[in-house]
Amino acid sequence: MSGKPDQPKHHLMHVHLIIKEYFLHLSVSPERISFSIRGCPYENSLDMIHSLFVINSSGDVFMEKHWKAVIPRSVCDYFFEAQNKASSMDDVPPVIETPHHYLISIYRCNIFFVAVCKSEVPPLFVIEFLHRVVDTFRDYFNDCSETIIKENYVVVYELLDEMLDNGFPLATESNILKELIKPPNILRTVVNSVTGKSNVSETLPTGQLSNVPWRRSGVKYTNNEAYFDVIEEVDAIIDTSGGMVSAEIHGYIDCVVKLTGMPDLTMSFMNPRMFDDTSFHPCVRFKRWEAEKILSFIPPDGSFRLMSYLIGSQNAVAIPVYARHNLYFSPAGHGKLDLTLGPKQTMGRQLENVKVEIPMPKVVLNCTLTSSQGKYAFDPVSKVLNWDVGKIDPQKLPNIRGTINIQNGATAPESNPTLNVSFTITQMAVSGLKVSRLDLYGEKYKPFKGVKYITKAGRFQIRM
Amino acid sequence: MSKLSGGMAQASPNASYHQSYGDGGAASPASTGSTTGFGSQSGVMEAVEMDPASGASIFHADGFKKHEDLKQMLDSNKDSLKLEAMKRIIHMVARGKDASDLFPAVVKNVVSKNIEIKKLVYVYLTRYAEEQQDVALLSISTFQRALKDPNQLIRASALRVLSSIRVTMIVPIMMLAIRDSAVDMSAFVRKTAAHAIPKLYSLDPDQKDELVNIIEKLLGDRTTLVVGSAVMAFEEVCPERIELIHKNFRKLCNLLVDVEEWGQVVIIGMLTRYARTQFLDPNAGDELDEFEESSRDFYASSEEEDRKKTSSNQEGAKKRSRPKMDPDHRLLFRSTKPLLQSRNASVVMATAQLYHHTAPKAEVQVVAKALIRLLRSHKEIQAVVLNCIASMTSTKTRNNMFEPHLRNFFVRSSDPTHIKILKLEIITNLANAGNIGIILREFQSYITSQDKFCIAATIQAIGRCASTIDEVTDTCLNGLVHLLSNRDQAVVAESVVVIKKLLQSQTGDHKEIITHMAKLVDSIQVPAARAAIVWVLGEYCERVPKIAPDVLRKMAKSFVNETPEVKTQTLNLALKLCLTNPGQTKLIAQYVFNLARYDQNYDIRDRARFMRVFVFPPPGHETNKLLLNAKNIFLATKPPPVTESKFKDREVYQLGSLSHFLNIRANGYQDLPSFPDVAPDSSLRNVEPIKVPNPWEKSLDKLKKKSTFYSESDGESGTSDSSSSSSGNNSSESSSSEDESDHGDASTRTLKQAIPATTIVNGESKKAPKKDEEEMESSSESSDESSSSESSSSEDETYPSARGNRPAVAQSNLDLLLDLSEAPPASGTPMLTPSIGGFLSPSNAPNAKTLSESISEAEVNFYPTKSHQLLSKMSTGGLQVSYRFTRSSLLYSSCMCNVELTLSNLGDAELIDVKIGAKQMAPGMSLKEFPGIASMDPGQTAVVNVGIDFNDTTQGAKFSLVASGRCFQVTLNPIMGELVKPVSMPEGLFNLEQGKLKGMNETETKVTLPEANANLETIKKKIFEGVNVAQVPSSEDDTLKFVAKTLSAQVLVLIRAKFNPEGNHLRLNFNCEKIVVGSMLGKELKVALEST
Repeated sequence: MSGKPDQPKHHLMHVHLIIKEYFLHLSVSPERISFSIRGCPYENSLDMIHSLFVINSSGDVFMEKHWKAVIPRSVCDYFFEAQNKASSMDDVPPVIETPHHYLISIYRCNIFFVAVCKSEVPPLFVIEFLHRVVDTFRDYFNDCSETIIKENYVVVYELLDEMLDNGFPLATESNILKELIKPPNILRTVVNSVTGKSNVSETLPTGQLSNVPWRRSGVKYTNNEAYFDVIEEVDAIIDTSGGMVSAEIHGYIDCVVKLTGMPDLTMSFMNPRMFDDTSFHPCVRFKRWEAEKILSFIPPDGSFRLMSYLIGSQNAVAIPVYARHNLYFSPAGHGKLDLTLGPKQTMGRQLENVKVEIPMPKVVLNCTLTSSQGKYAFDPVSKVLNWDVGKIDPQKLPNIRGTINIQNGATAPESNPTLNVSFTITQMAVSGLKVSRLDLYGEKYKPFKGVKYITKAGRFQIRM
Repeated sequence: MSKLSGGMAQASPNASYHQSYGDGGAASPASTGSTTGFGSQSGVMEAVEMDPASGASIFHADGFKKHEDLKQMLDSNKDSLKLEAMKRIIHMVARGKDASDLFPAVVKNVVSKNIEIKKLVYVYLTRYAEEQQDVALLSISTFQRALKDPNQLIRASALRVLSSIRVTMIVPIMMLAIRDSAVDMSAFVRKTAAHAIPKLYSLDPDQKDELVNIIEKLLGDRTTLVVGSAVMAFEEVCPERIELIHKNFRKLCNLLVDVEEWGQVVIIGMLTRYARTQFLDPNAGDELDEFEESSRDFYASSEEEDRKKTSSNQEGAKKRSRPKMDPDHRLLFRSTKPLLQSRNASVVMATAQLYHHTAPKAEVQVVAKALIRLLRSHKEIQAVVLNCIASMTSTKTRNNMFEPHLRNFFVRSSDPTHIKILKLEIITNLANAGNIGIILREFQSYITSQDKFCIAATIQAIGRCASTIDEVTDTCLNGLVHLLSNRDQAVVAESVVVIKKLLQSQTGDHKEIITHMAKLVDSIQVPAARAAIVWVLGEYCERVPKIAPDVLRKMAKSFVNETPEVKTQTLNLALKLCLTNPGQTKLIAQYVFNLARYDQNYDIRDRARFMRVFVFPPPGHETNKLLLNAKNIFLATKPPPVTESKFKDREVYQLGSLSHFLNIRANGYQDLPSFPDVAPDSSLRNVEPIKVPNPWEKSLDKLKKKSTFYSESDGESGTSDSSSSSSGNNSSESSSSEDESDHGDASTRTLKQAIPATTIVNGESKKAPKKDEEEMESSSESSDESSSSESSSSEDETYPSARGNRPAVAQSNLDLLLDLSEAPPASGTPMLTPSIGGFLSPSNAPNAKTLSESISEAEVNFYPTKSHQLLSKMSTGGLQVSYRFTRSSLLYSSCMCNVELTLSNLGDAELIDVKIGAKQMAPGMSLKEFPGIASMDPGQTAVVNVGIDFNDTTQGAKFSLVASGRCFQVTLNPIMGELVKPVSMPEGLFNLEQGKLKGMNETETKVTLPEANANLETIKKKIFEGVNVAQVPSSEDDTLKFVAKTLSAQVLVLIRAKFNPEGNHLRLNFNCEKIVVGSMLGKELKVALEST
């Protein structure tokens, strides 16, 4: 992987110049030649994304797409170099500089998406776009993985072709994309494999794009329904003594809207002043929100995220769980763990899906524990102890205890790890947020409406 | 080239290739499975398909054979086979394999009717066209056809692919396509056209001027879908032409909220630059004040508290007197602020940098919350945002905006290391006496974390806090000393280095610390730490007179095995000890210097040689001045190292840019211009009211009406986007003007002058009695509409009058047609359903309108009298028919050429039932027959008119004339000059249109005139005779300009005749979209002009 992959281009340019000179002697226009050799004189314009390489975690470039002149995939060697330096996949720097290119990458679904740029471009622009690409894949294929991309090369390629034109995003709204390329579904896959057709929509030539960029025109449903999930995630850092270092609530409203025609919805909250910060789907009329604190929007068809909000550390944030923990490493070479979890400030709701993850110090060999409920597992490679607790019964608090063995001869770690806790509480928004009304204008029918509240642990850490 | 890339690909380890090919084979079970139906052929294919898995070299060897199969499939006439082949080829392309030798076979299929195949061919074509230019050219005509497709999506994709083919030869074609698409009725196509502009520009920079014209036009577009891409094209092609923005500035600001996300980023980027060049620095006064204050602090002693108070009052007064912010500058912030709420991180970042670089300091505050929100996003986004915050917090002035969010930067053990380090940097930047307690407690918990890098960064952060915040210096130092007994070497080493720095900036006598550090020499191995310890001992050797020589002794022992860094410091120590305590140390020093003299490292050798002289002067130089001052040289008090943020120097780069992130100047990075000292004329941004029927302004006007239509239709279903936003806009506008009014009347007056429309209409809506909400909105909406570009009063008047005029004008056929095309177009472009026509074609109308406004039908200058024989009595035995082109319009259809037939019965029998029989027209042509003549007596002559639509070709119209049951075949051959009709237009428009029709659309004919014709009058006459044109006034004496429109397609025909009296040369230039028309006219006119 070492070597200087970009060097050949130097030679190439040199060769190119020689050829050019040679042709000048022959008084033949060298223009044609100059074009078949890439990366040379005419690429002076500013541009955004040149190429995209998709790389799996074992370092195979399994897909490449070029929007402009082809960039040899050896440019990825710089990326691999940075990857080798990084201690974990997450630690690969998002922007890497190489002599002639800039590599901007994201890591999602165990895949690296590496965009190659040649000149100044806002890095967030590229990063955000790459994430949007992954979101689109997930939207189309329900998931995104190496296998799925490989199975759908053709659709993936067409999507990339439509999403980016000359390195600049063209159509990223799923509504327009789905007009252009039909997403695969199981039924169609079966039909296609029988009839030998692909996923390109054959009925494409409707040629209709609605005047609302995010919504298709001519949507029809027999059952009109709109579901709203208010999901709140509690981010918190709790220190060793149980004190709160920081806590805030990140909430979002995810919708599944299946409504005929061009419905215009308004949603109002019982207590809209509690938001510290909000961001909206482009469909939300911002001015109306500013003035009246009412969400007024023509929804996209299908599922989308309507808004996300932050209720910050200024407000008192309820912490629904606490931990009593005791982890002690004796210098003799073994440790003791005793951990009890309990509910707190849950307004009578039950804590469900409780899970605890403890990244143990590297010297830990294994753990011998007994848990009063749920199962635990220790992965000796990643040194992570997982405890799947399940529900917490306030009468009988879950507890796990036992010994931790340390490698022979290694000194006991000085510091204790942190607990990452996850949980869900259904039918409750921990901030107390409530939707008060949901009205539909512009269409005659009465839709079925539903609002659901869920509280989850976000980045919830307890320091031991 | 392909070989080369193949070669390079092989350079990467073979193992990964094996795997990727293997995966490729495994990943396409669906495709191979579906081929089994094709019999034995597919069996072969499968085998070959799997073959590459055995190695890249075999792939190359077998490549030819394998592609043979695909070629066969592509050549078959079954769509399913072709599709299958195309899919596999795309698989190859996606995996980065070379599929270029299939190019000819693939390109053939570009004409495929099957849209799936077509799309895949497009994908392939864009990838390989550059390499196979000749073959690629074959596909061009298909794209040209697709550009005229009724479906906007097909037009758009044709343009996208056509412009992606990087072949210089097609530059003129691309130019033409872009020009056409830029005025397409579909916004999506116009957007694609905007995208195509940079592509063409990168292919052929010479086209810049022409492209700038198109960009200018697109910038005027009011569709939110288009403006983003238009600005993108502007940024890539002509960012220096800032004057193009003036007129559009307010419009862009008003539309910004509704533009699609990526466009927003580009527009904000451009507006940042615009603001930096067009507006005054809003903080200019501040800096002055700050400076004065600091100087006051410096000079004035603290005794005069009250004087300070008065001065701060003065300061307040000064602030108020600071130059007022341009209302447009204000508008910029008002319209970008909602974007901080965007779901798209790059939009938020772009807005944040706009505020950071152009807003008054007090207002930058608002971006903090939004940036903090982004921290919850993906780690890549976090990294970039933290980077920006780190540099924003690195200067003390902007610090306080992030202070309330300190807790958001607390490190989580699950963060990736680079994020942790950035967070630590920010926390350190934010640290002050007030919050240092919390911060140190946090630091304490980080030190026990398991991440080595994080620990090191934390220790350094503690050091920085200690040196900047006096209150905690001792606490920190103690803490760090405590860390010296940590079990982890890395921690100890880092602490040593930090303590070394701290000691320098401390004045106290830290004997114990130094002693403690000296003890570490035995145990610690990290070179940086050892070097630091040795340096400290040397520097403070007088404080620990017993220990220092001992350390030197130890170092001398291990000298040979030390790293250069440590060796250098050992030399320093030796020298310093020699100077202070020569008795005890001279011998050891000599030993060390001797060792260093023969060191491997040249730096060490050089240093040793240089330093040696000070302690062991060569004989005769003992009293050298330098030597006498040695102590001053080596033991002078050194200034403590400045501890400041690493991010400070990034301020020079634009926030959020690639250069900023990497802290190097990236390719193509352009510095933000600094604010001008004197504000450029702000009236440039006023859009002046229309007086003359300027076609472009008119179209704006038209668009506006469209957009009201838009919002009204929305308004029915609740409240529309634009109306709600505009009402908000207006209210905030008026409130802001109220806010500002307390600074004195002057400001409101300026505001009024600048945006007269807004304020006036606002006043009205305020005065209006409280109506219900809807009405309020609609009124403010209209006010916004009018204020946004032109002054409202004159506008409102032009509206109804324009509307009133239309029915009157609509009498002529031409206008009727044009008006029709505004609604669902009549012919030629049969694509639009009324609904999309209404919503998505706001600029189609202006186009048609443009023409209709400035191009009107003109008088016919010459009526030909010459008739041509169609049928002679010799062949018919009596009936003789001649025809003449009348050049008068036909009521039946304006596409038809009015031909007068003169029928005469020259025989001696009566002819009955004379009429037109069977017609054998070429496709696209049509004929309107004359009503049959019942009978014609011998000698009688009848004159009838027929209308023929020649479809702008010179093909003859074949039909038969029937008389008395006998059928005579005739062919009526048109003359090109008669297939056009005169229109009038101003010269400016003529030149503009001519500019558009260059290249292939221009034909030139040179005529040498006979003496008799060699004057402009005759030429004019001859041209009028030959072609049915109207003259356009020409500003050049020797040039005549004529214009006409073809009857059928209604395309312009521009004729420019340049007469050169020397040699009686006449140069005729014909510009017409239809190349044939130009060349035919040239031939005809040449004949006419050469005859006397």
